[in-house]
Amino acid sequence: MNMHVSIAGLELKNPVMTASGTFGFGLEFAPYGDLEALGGFVAKGISLKPREGNPMPRIAETPCGMLNAIGIQNPGVEAFVTQALPALKSKDVAVVANLYACDAAEFGELAGVLAGEEGVAALEVNVSCPNVKEGGVAFGQDPAQIARVTEAVRKKAGGKHVMVKLSPNVTDITVCARAAVDGGADSLSLINTLSGMAVDVRTGKPRIANVIAGLSGPAIKPVALRCVHQVVRAVDVPVIGIGGIASAEDALEFILVGAHAVQVGTANFLRPDFAFGLAGEMEKLLSEVGAESLEAFRGSLQLPL
Amino acid sequence: MSLRNCRDVKVLQVSPVGRSETPDEFFELILEYPDWDGWKPGQFVMVRPVSWELDMLWARPFSISSAGDGRLTLFIQKVGRGTGRLARIAPGDMVTLWGPLGNSFAVEKDTPTLLLAGGIGIAPFRGYVERHPSPKNVQLFLAHRLPLACYPYDYLCGHVQGQCILEEKPEDLDGIIDAMGGLIKEYAQKKGLVLACGPTPFMRTVQRFAREFGARAQVSLENRMACGVGACLGCVTRDGEGHHVQVCTKGPVFWADKVEL
Ligand SMILES: Cc1cc2nc3c(=O)[nH]c(=O)nc-3n(C[C@H](O)[C@H](O)[C@H](O)COP(=O)(O)OP(=O)(O)OC[C@H]3O[C@@H](n4cnc5c(N)ncnc54)[C@H](O)[C@@H]3O)c2cc1C
Ligand SMILES: Cc1cc2nc3c(=O)[nH]c(=O)nc-3n(C[C@H](O)[C@H](O)[C@H](O)COP(=O)(O)O)c2cc1C
Ligand code: FES
Repeated sequence: MNMHVSIAGLELKNPVMTASGTFGFGLEFAPYGDLEALGGFVAKGISLKPREGNPMPRIAETPCGMLNAIGIQNPGVEAFVTQALPALKSKDVAVVANLYACDAAEFGELAGVLAGEEGVAALEVNVSCPNVKEGGVAFGQDPAQIARVTEAVRKKAGGKHVMVKLSPNVTDITVCARAAVDGGADSLSLINTLSGMAVDVRTGKPRIANVIAGLSGPAIKPVALRCVHQVVRAVDVPVIGIGGIASAEDALEFILVGAHAVQVGTANFLRPDFAFGLAGEMEKLLSEVGAESLEAFRGSLQLPL
Repeated sequence: MSLRNCRDVKVLQVSPVGRSETPDEFFELILEYPDWDGWKPGQFVMVRPVSWELDMLWARPFSISSAGDGRLTLFIQKVGRGTGRLARIAPGDMVTLWGPLGNSFAVEKDTPTLLLAGGIGIAPFRGYVERHPSPKNVQLFLAHRLPLACYPYDYLCGHVQGQCILEEKPEDLDGIIDAMGGLIKEYAQKKGLVLACGPTPFMRTVQRFAREFGARAQVSLENRMACGVGACLGCVTRDGEGHHVQVCTKGPVFWADKVEL
């Protein structure tokens, strides 16, 4: 079966990508599989300047999920371009850079640095910075800000594909989706983590130093599916489904609901070779359920009348 | 697509150690050995039973205690949900295993080497002692709370010289700290090597004495891990320059003067 997907100019040989922050800069997983088995790979979030991230403890396990408050620890965009990118360039896999900044101008600047980098196929804009200068509301929760940030990135992206990654921590995700499209997004990826926390009755302390953290993993899949379902019906740009995918069946659920592709995050921690075999398993399962093609299966969800 | 570094292997044996007073507190988990080309003492593996399905997501990290002859031995203390369920795993069950991970303890054939183990921290030293080219240069010190039979102490004393102190009452801790100070001073003077594994307060003591006496010391850290391969940045510690570095790939073994505990 042909597993190739076209996402508004972003060509993937199969619909499986790995999600930002869960696959490092790609080479961490080299002993466990061939990066070229993936359709795409989203690098760890990068900012203009290096960031040390949050204090420890930063991660905690929860039933069927995990909490993380890494705080976008990263070596900065220069190091990404000079150290990580050269090794990735030669690989036949779409490399997506995940951008993190705290105001629209900084996002634009970051996009500008990457615009000329041949090895980068797309920019994924992470609009969930909690400490925004403008307005004081997290980007991801303010449609006007989402539009402004997307526009800033679009202007400086030098024609590169712009994917905007949406937060589920909002009342109506379709409003945010429309704002990103208005700002010029080529595609939308969703969802980022759900805001959560965990405490320890024995120590009387939060389990994460930052107190509030992001929930990911199979526990969030129903929320993610619902968001994708709503967004594919609200906008006409392609959507990439993210959230709790831990099997081929999970991945195809997102495609059935209308996603063009998926990103696998926390499941990469279940076993480090997980993502490499996923496209093959999706292909097998598509045949099993009698789908003619990936394209025919996409969005074929039968809703009650 | 899976390469040999990550495989599902069979549980061969689960053996409680030192059973009488502390049922199941410690056990050996013996797994099918994935024939890794080489592993070094101090390295660890990630273990995730297939039967965990999706409830427990993360694998758990354990030091390689011993490996060879088709068997990989882990020495485990039951402390929580994951290790509790691991203690009840049955021979024949499958576990997903990846490794060998991380760096390893320094091995210097002719250097007098002191191993400082705090409780379960003895686990990696079994492999260390078994693989050391000159065990006569190695000495072991164990500080323990549970009966000696819970640890592979007697076995290790068959290879190297050993010494141990039981911590029964809070006052015993002073004796342990004094003994550690004395030993670290002695090894500093003879330009030896000090290797330590144990709980964080134990490591802080090692670090303090190593600084005080100028000893060459390494400490093995036990931070909580999700991926084990350097990707999630959940396990970081601060290095000598205050930067966050991954314990799983830049460690678990650090020179004591190059890490903030
Ligand atoms: C490199 C490395 C090597 C290790 N080698 C061994 C070994 O050889 N034998 C062994 O028994 N243990 C070893 N550990 C510790 C072991 O990984 C933890 O005890 C285990 O993950 C706890 O899992 P749990 O689900 O039972 O505990 P949880 O339910 O997660 O936690 C329960 C309790 O365990 C404590 N705990 C959780 N994680 C750790 C940790 N990483 N280290 C210490 N305490 C922890 C918690 O603070 C809590 O009190 C090692 C850890 C690392 C990082
Ligand atoms: C440890 C960790 C780090 C993450 N870092 C980032 C990041 O830097 N940028 C980003 O946009 N999303 C980040 N995410 C969110 C994931 O990319 C993904 O959206 C989320 O985990 C939901 O997918 P999952 O349930 O498959 O993990 C991170 C998630 C985890 C677990
Ligand atoms: S455990 Fe994921 S980076 Fe170390």
